[in-house]
Amino acid sequence: MDFFELLAFGDTGWGDEMLKGALMTVLVSISAMAIGLFVSVFGTMSKMSNNGFVRGIGNTYTTIVRGIPELLVIYLLYFGLNNAVMGIAKGVFGYDQYIELPVFLVAAIAVGLISGAYSTEVIRGAFLAVPKGQVEAAKSVGMNKFLIFHRVLVPQVLRYALPGLGNVWQLTLKDTALIMVTGLVEIMRQAHIGAGSTHEPFVFYITAALLYLVLTTVSSQALNSAENWANKGVRRA
Amino acid sequence: MANALEIKHLVKSFGDLEVIKDVSLTANQGDVICIIGSSGSGKSTLLRCINLLETPNSGEVWVNGELIKMGLDKKGQPQPTDHSQVDRIRTKLAMVFQSFNLWSHMTVLQNVIEAPIHVQKINKTEATKQGLELLAKVGITEKANQYPSSLSGGQQQRVAIARALAINPDILLFDEPTSSLDPELVGEVLKVMKSLAEEGRTMIVVTHEMGFAREVASKVVFLHNGHIEEQGAPDEVFNSPKSERLKQFLASSLEG
Repeated sequence: MDFFELLAFGDTGWGDEMLKGALMTVLVSISAMAIGLFVSVFGTMSKMSNNGFVRGIGNTYTTIVRGIPELLVIYLLYFGLNNAVMGIAKGVFGYDQYIELPVFLVAAIAVGLISGAYSTEVIRGAFLAVPKGQVEAAKSVGMNKFLIFHRVLVPQVLRYALPGLGNVWQLTLKDTALIMVTGLVEIMRQAHIGAGSTHEPFVFYITAALLYLVLTTVSSQALNSAENWANKGVRRA
Repeated sequence: MANALEIKHLVKSFGDLEVIKDVSLTANQGDVICIIGSSGSGKSTLLRCINLLETPNSGEVWVNGELIKMGLDKKGQPQPTDHSQVDRIRTKLAMVFQSFNLWSHMTVLQNVIEAPIHVQKINKTEATKQGLELLAKVGITEKANQYPSSLSGGQQQRVAIARALAINPDILLFDEPTSSLDPELVGEVLKVMKSLAEEGRTMIVVTHEMGFAREVASKVVFLHNGHIEEQGAPDEVFNSPKSERLKQFLASSLEG
């Protein structure tokens, strides 16, 4: 079979399976990025807290997650989360059967926590990049903390954070390849399956590469437009 | 009637360094007080203690006869006890900064109408109308829809003055408003400030512009090492300085 027959749509080829895998990759990536951004809001608040203990929690999180290989984070969470849920089920409800969490959920949480650790650093850096005078000017006209936060800080933090967050998005998208180890059928897992059953690994892996490239290229274009929008009022050097 | 502003025995330290040492100062309605002194004398810190951008260690600040309530936090550091009082009093005390500090993500007009709309809850149509009038007053109407980054320093500072006026403050605080401007742009800002003084606005101006102080001030205060070394009418201070330090300062600033 040649390349096109192998990747035909329908019963004879793998084209539709690979596209479904790509869709799964997109879904996991978006969920993970969303979880990551949610986590990073708390991560940033924690790392910028005046309270040493709260700051310690944030620092521990980013240090651990950024300090061990992503694959290991995924394994640890995959087995850890299942064990934790089963432990709670047994301890609280006396239920001692095997429970398996939905793979999608575990994958999104695992990649989300990785993504969140990097987003935390990006957002914290963006906060620190806002000139002090911007906040002082807001204070001087009587704005309260809430107004300063959402009228002055958030728009400016977003501007400084967007390029970094775009980078995190690309990393997150590619990190989802690692979750093939959990059995979730995304691009990488599907390519692996196809390669195994047809003995044409190159065809499948080059297809996977192309799919990732399409996803990253399209999304980086979208991010560029977002950056241009957020940078209104900034003169380029 | 209460004084517009009264500072009593103000002390401010940064760590072990005492920057303001027991300073008292009173401004009546319509006064233009120019604070002069060499760099490091505490001029800007004194001004920033008035609207609590810096928290004084001790002393009292009274605005329109109202005392800003201060207390101690858990670590024993001085803190305002009523933040909503501070926010409210700050709308009576607009500040113009050395580095303009216009919000860079907002257009010129948006900068001016931000506080009237969101702090003072004036409706947008009314705020925009007033904002445009203020921009006309400082001569920047044609830039209303541009972002601050496309303006010159002098234009930005005039917008900052319009933004300060927009909250309809009782007292204007100027923190070296011309110090980061190119020499040829200083005049346009001083001109606007002079016209505000002529309207009878109460102004506290930290400045290096001796010509402005001499011409516009109702009182000149010379700050040295964190305390008031000498004060009086501009004529007295500039023409017959009493203290040796003021004489030295005036001699060196005239050379410069």
